[in-house]
Amino acid sequence: MKNVHEIVEKNTGLLVVMILVVISFGALVEISPLLFQRQTTEPVEGLKPYTALQLEGRDIYIREGCVGCHSQMIRPFRSETERYGHYSVAGETVWEHPFLWGSKRTGPDLARVGGRYSDEWHRVHLMDPRAVVPESNMPAFPWLAENTLDGELTAKKMEVFRDFGVPYTDEDIAGAQAAVKGKSEMEALIAYLQSLGTALK
Amino acid sequence: MSSFWSIWISVITLGTILGCFLLLRWCLKNKTGVKEGDDMHHEFDGIVEINNPLPRWWTIMFYATIVWGFIYLALYPGLGNFKGLLGWESSNQDIRSLAESKAAHAEDLANGSLNEYSRAMAAAEERFGPIFEAYAQRSVEDLATDQEALKVGQRLFLQNCSQCHGSDARGQRGFPDLTDNDWLYGGNPAQIKETIMQGRHAAMPAWVDSLGEQGVKEVVAYALSLSGRKVDPVLADAGKAQFAVCAACHGQDGKGNYAFGAPDLTDNIWLYGGSEMAVTETVTHGRNGVMPAWKDILGENKIHLVTAYVYSLSQDQ
Repeated sequence: MKNVHEIVEKNTGLLVVMILVVISFGALVEISPLLFQRQTTEPVEGLKPYTALQLEGRDIYIREGCVGCHSQMIRPFRSETERYGHYSVAGETVWEHPFLWGSKRTGPDLARVGGRYSDEWHRVHLMDPRAVVPESNMPAFPWLAENTLDGELTAKKMEVFRDFGVPYTDEDIAGAQAAVKGKSEMEALIAYLQSLGTALK
Repeated sequence: MSSFWSIWISVITLGTILGCFLLLRWCLKNKTGVKEGDDMHHEFDGIVEINNPLPRWWTIMFYATIVWGFIYLALYPGLGNFKGLLGWESSNQDIRSLAESKAAHAEDLANGSLNEYSRAMAAAEERFGPIFEAYAQRSVEDLATDQEALKVGQRLFLQNCSQCHGSDARGQRGFPDLTDNDWLYGGNPAQIKETIMQGRHAAMPAWVDSLGEQGVKEVVAYALSLSGRKVDPVLADAGKAQFAVCAACHGQDGKGNYAFGAPDLTDNIWLYGGSEMAVTETVTHGRNGVMPAWKDILGENKIHLVTAYVYSLSQDQ
């Protein structure tokens, strides 16, 4: 009698294909339905696309690796919502590409930091976190105040986001460069931070 | 979820478990063509493979996980729209706004739903709500002498306010000291509470365009003279003549105005620094001090306690 199992054991390529088939069942059941749910595809009421300046700020947030220490995902536990506000829902991040939920909280969650501090506080804090929070171990980001944006790629970025389904108008895109040109990276990042989580607040 | 996706998820999930079962059954049969216990003719460094059956304990555990899988899917939500026999839910994930969230929470409470988050919030409300409610009934002046109430207020302050005003509430450059009984928007309990509830937005305009650099220099000299500082009298005199624009907010006598959050210029307390350079910077470029609104974050009852704590800080002076 032929050893059937031996065929799989001795053909690595076949083994790989079969493993992929097995794993894909997980994706079929856990991922594919999410692409068609109202919860995960429709924005919450009052969600606004990032302005040109906020969008640039978001790119700085990504560039500086803020997501490595700050999550943007308030879990539905009382201990979290008492501190950060209403738990996050999927409809708040339908226009995020990629989302910045993060998975590590060396610093606090930032999902609803918008409006919680003044612009001036953010400026002082980013220049030197210890100036306002003495026990903070966050690094300082003083160069953000010196670097200015030229906005050359802002319109292009917004077009790409529009292709992803973010409702930018032609005027938004036409005015993108003018809206950010000459602004400091600090201003852009603060504008982004001040917008976070404000739709469900 | 539409019934298509509900069926999709259910069929694949159950099918996968069934597949695991069939795979296990299949693997339990000897299809190697070698008798059980015989040499498989694999040898490596003297180690030979024997055709042994799957260990019994391992097989039993595999069956047990399959059984557990079915039990879990029966009790908890896992099969599409089926909510599970326990009716357990983590939280209301399909809300589209705060209003919907509140309505869903109220509905959960009314129906006795097993929404984990709603239950945790309700339990906390039941336990802590009456305590905050009792404090809310008492006046801020009264609470400011109650050590227990102040402890709660201080905790709330440290958690939410200390990032700007400091853990000792003494403030720092740009963020007011709350212990000195010098107030931008008024220091009676109602004013403090209003400040915390609604937030404040000060708007000192930039004056360099209308006054010119020399004008700014003169106005600064006069402003500094108000708190008894030594200044060039010629400059100060010239500044006094132009002070009318400042007086609109700071008052003729420079004593400030709570309505605009315009600081008293005569008391030698300086929010943005009192050096000539710092005041010049303030007059030249203006200042926009912002106190965020806390009513949606903390709620009125907690703010009442924070108010009592803040109020108490300057009462022994």
